[in-house]
Amino acid sequence: MLNGDAHQLPDGATVLDAVRAVGASADGRGVAAAVDGEVVPRGQWESRPLSGDERVEVLQAVQGG
Amino acid sequence: MSALEIAGRSFESRLIIGTGGFRSLDAMRAAVQASGADVATVALRRVDPTARGSILELLDDCGCFVVPNTAGCFTARDAVATARLAREALETDWVKLEVIGDDKTLLPDPGELLDAAEQLVGDGFTVLPYTNDDPVLARRLEDAGCAAVMPLGSPIGSGMGIANPYNLRLIVEAARVPVILDAGIGTASDAALAMEAGCDAVLLASAVSRAEDPAVMATAMRKAVEAGYAARRAGRIPRRLYGEPSSPVEGVAELT
Repeated sequence: MLNGDAHQLPDGATVLDAVRAVGASADGRGVAAAVDGEVVPRGQWESRPLSGDERVEVLQAVQGG
Repeated sequence: MSALEIAGRSFESRLIIGTGGFRSLDAMRAAVQASGADVATVALRRVDPTARGSILELLDDCGCFVVPNTAGCFTARDAVATARLAREALETDWVKLEVIGDDKTLLPDPGELLDAAEQLVGDGFTVLPYTNDDPVLARRLEDAGCAAVMPLGSPIGSGMGIANPYNLRLIVEAARVPVILDAGIGTASDAALAMEAGCDAVLLASAVSRAEDPAVMATAMRKAVEAGYAARRAGRIPRRLYGEPSSPVEGVAELT
């Protein structure tokens, strides 16, 4: 699951692939990713592989009070 | 105005602007500039690939220090996880902690709020909690190590002003950390009253972002915060039941 939707990523996909798949800028400013609720630091996006049953959230800063 | 100090950091303006509710980024830019605010809050949400423009670039241009919030969280667990994501996204350990207990009034959940505040302080965050106007809870948050307390005037977005000025006064008198009136401001006089009551700053979003002319309202809020702060420092006259002449009572001519 990627941002609440079922999403097919290729085998061997990483958190970085998930970040790119939702259209976030890969340089990562203002963007954060979590896998099953745990933050994955930006420096580990490329090395953190994903398995099919994990929930990935990719968030960014938006307008808010 | 002397500077606002929070957690060892100094800010020129005592008006903090929430960025929620603006009709466009252009409207936000004009209002943030007019407000003179040098702190702005943002939320964290799922990436929307259709969104245009960068709010962070805009706030950088305006010279604002950006503080993420945990809006939308109903449990300490969610708020702590959101704060950690925000720290990663924005490279700041400051967080406006919001843990809502009721989706109709948007009032904070005191138990979850205190729990989250304790966890985040322990995790090295600079925690600015949005809290009920409850002097005891404010003290508990301060004791937990929060860098400020941010009592509501009235529910978020209600524009109902300061519903319980007595409680606000008790919070201000007891606090040893900055008190920031957060939520409920409807118009400029509400912001002035908050500052006259001794608040160190005012945080508002909807009152400006949803005004018919956000930039003009932002100007009004800037002036109101400055005026209220100055009036508080100046020391107001006591309220009297009867009038007291300001012209001399002696030396009045007898003309008829």
